Amino acid sequence: MSATHHAHGSLPAEPEKATLEGRNKILGFWLFLGGETVLFGTLFATFLGYNNVKGIGDGPDPAHLFDLKLVALATLILLVSSLTSVFAVQAMHRHDKSKMLLWFGVTVVLGLAFLGLEIYEFVHYVHEGHTFSTSAFSSAFYTLVGFHGAHVLFGSLWIALLMLQLVKKGLTVVTAPKCYVAALYWHFVDLVWVFIFTVVYLMSKVG
Amino acid sequence: MAHAHTVKRYTGLMDWLTTVDHKKIGILYLIGGGLFFLLGGLEAILIRIQLMYPQNDFLDASTYNQVLTMHGTTMIFLAVMPIIFAFMNAIIPLQIGARDVAYPFVNAVGFWMFFLGGLLLNVSWFFNGAPDAGWTSYVPLANNEYSGKGVDFYVLGLQIAGIGTLAGGINFLVTIINMRAPGMTFMRMPLFTWTSFITSALILFAFPAITVGLVLLMFERLFSANYFDVAAGGNIVLWQHIFWIFGHPEVYILILPAFGIISEIVSTFARKRLFGYSAMVFATALIGFLGFMVWVHHMFTTGLGPIGNAIFSIATMLIAIPTGIKIFNWIFTMWGGQYSFNTASLFAAGFIPTFVMGGVTGVMLAAPAADWQYHDSYFVVAHFHYVIVGGLVFGLLAGLHYWWPKMFGRMLNETIGKFSFWTFFIGFHMTFLVQHFLGLWGMPRRIFTFLENQGLDELNFISTIGALLMGVSTIAILVNIAVTQMKPRNAPADPWDGRTLEWSIPSPAPEYNFKQIPLVRGLDALFKEKIEGKKEMTPAEPLGPIHMPSPSILPFTMSIGLFIAGFGFMYARWDFDNGFLDAIFGHYIVAGAGLLITLVSMLLRSVFDDHGYHIEVEELEKEVHA
Repeated sequence: MSATHHAHGSLPAEPEKATLEGRNKILGFWLFLGGETVLFGTLFATFLGYNNVKGIGDGPDPAHLFDLKLVALATLILLVSSLTSVFAVQAMHRHDKSKMLLWFGVTVVLGLAFLGLEIYEFVHYVHEGHTFSTSAFSSAFYTLVGFHGAHVLFGSLWIALLMLQLVKKGLTVVTAPKCYVAALYWHFVDLVWVFIFTVVYLMSKVG
Repeated sequence: MAHAHTVKRYTGLMDWLTTVDHKKIGILYLIGGGLFFLLGGLEAILIRIQLMYPQNDFLDASTYNQVLTMHGTTMIFLAVMPIIFAFMNAIIPLQIGARDVAYPFVNAVGFWMFFLGGLLLNVSWFFNGAPDAGWTSYVPLANNEYSGKGVDFYVLGLQIAGIGTLAGGINFLVTIINMRAPGMTFMRMPLFTWTSFITSALILFAFPAITVGLVLLMFERLFSANYFDVAAGGNIVLWQHIFWIFGHPEVYILILPAFGIISEIVSTFARKRLFGYSAMVFATALIGFLGFMVWVHHMFTTGLGPIGNAIFSIATMLIAIPTGIKIFNWIFTMWGGQYSFNTASLFAAGFIPTFVMGGVTGVMLAAPAADWQYHDSYFVVAHFHYVIVGGLVFGLLAGLHYWWPKMFGRMLNETIGKFSFWTFFIGFHMTFLVQHFLGLWGMPRRIFTFLENQGLDELNFISTIGALLMGVSTIAILVNIAVTQMKPRNAPADPWDGRTLEWSIPSPAPEYNFKQIPLVRGLDALFKEKIEGKKEMTPAEPLGPIHMPSPSILPFTMSIGLFIAGFGFMYARWDFDNGFLDAIFGHYIVAGAGLLITLVSMLLRSVFDDHGYHIEVEELEKEVHA
């Protein structure tokens, strides 16, 4: 099942599903995302459990602290990055490696831009007195949002590494499933952010 | 060609450190889990010696807390789960007619994560004391104020071991869904494969919850978070919810594979098809589903109110229905069969009444009003030991004797085997039956001693004698293994006249499992062929070269990296007398170095392609005549 069988331009239409290894990888990854859903579900439950104690201790009230404009910009960036990762997978189905590299590159840049905004946001909050140890609410906030941020960081590094593999080894039945599951991961991370945007930021403004 | 046709083979220790063969990983799990099982058993005996007499001073209160905590933690996470994984690794691919698991490399990662996580937990004995907050690690008891450094080892050790378990769960789900032999439909899968499948699904959905719980506790202890600090708005009941939404499914993660083992053995030795196969499958799935609906029954006394308690009480009692279906199906399988007694089938037969007794006390505990009386008493201790030892450990010991020839190519000694069964069976009931009464008479759990002349003296003494008898049985099993190991490898392929595919290939299984993938034509695939007068399975493919994955040291180095990082994080805020140690731990240099080892290992895995190797047809044919 090695890459060399397909090295002469005979890639199938869906190279990610051409081998049993590839199909195993994709199925296993969907299952892994099921586990990740429980992980984030537990973090959301923790956050919601402490949503009623915000402002306890010396910390500022998040309703005044959170800057929706900044968060909305971050949301926009992350959602667009999901779209660009779709373009990368579409390019993969057309066996267009250079377009794949382009769109994955854009995805990584957008992911890092999102992270930059998040780091700026966190630094700003800490200066306002909303630190990790201020209250149960602040601990839960940084844990949930920080876990998501760590996922974005990991995803960016992962996709960057895959781009290196694409350059070195080309698009094969070995690299294709890896790119496909990385895109799945990226969509999942975006989806989690939609919930964070709603539950953490919007609910703090209205609740 | 990029194919590496030169076969990479290591020998000796290097072979075991680098193996990605699921059968060898199964043996590693058996050895690792077995060692921790002995350790946990030793801790149990220390507990029982301390409680042998009233006001005994064999162990002091603090040591007792550590021994008690480590007994529970070791047995659940480091002993019985890995032994289950040992059987899953050794047997599932054989039962479904597959050459390998879906991810051989990840499989090795899973083992080494478990083993080094368990090691990290246990080296706590030599560094500032073992965890002492109970295996449930309830806050605020597990906070820095009330417990020692050992709880840091608990959170980090279990975190690392948990990664391994999750990897194993996903691996088996994908293996079973994608890699069954032609004709092996879901409703033809042997029951052990089925129950392991459901168990793997439970692992997938339960372990991320405990991961979060352990992370919260770690942040609370190491980085001054406030989830459980009531003054800062925290809530200690949150820990209990998170712990038990993992912890209750964990009970079913443990017991379902034992159900599978019992089903295989009862059917083989009764020489009958399993009664109610499809009902067994659906009962297993239903138990798995309901397992997630009952976690609050561990928390009836926290004051969640009558509606919550009522719902979870009913959900808990509902589990008795599918479990009852299983019990009756095992009895009906034996009924009218020719049940032959050997060590494996004795353990399977002993399992049934013992597990029923554990189930009955479970229904008793499920009534909230009654639970207020039983809560935190020795009655609860008796109940869960009846389920976990009387159910699960009986199942594992049955499986051990049943599959030993397939895993090692040697038959265990029957005389010593029967001796170990009877000492274990009698010792078990002596230890735990009386604990029901101790509990009802007012003995609380988790206490390190009790006063004399309160009606608790005699039964505690009897209980300890029973525990020592189980110790004798364990020694007998070890002797049996040692004696067997010295004999030649002459086990037949099919010593029990088995019904499932693992008995259609030589003992022990060759590294590629099946020379040709078999064609499955019905339930109890091998038995169906036997009925039609055939000696072996019909192949589903012509003989051809077999692709094998290459061995790799990276799973081991990845896990070593996390092991080192664990120390780094734990001791980052510790005041060392030694200035050098202070400097490297204080600046997270050790933690960083450990993580770096893991990340570089992952990078190497990603950068260097490994195409594995092929076993050629000539080599396969040579082995036929050998």
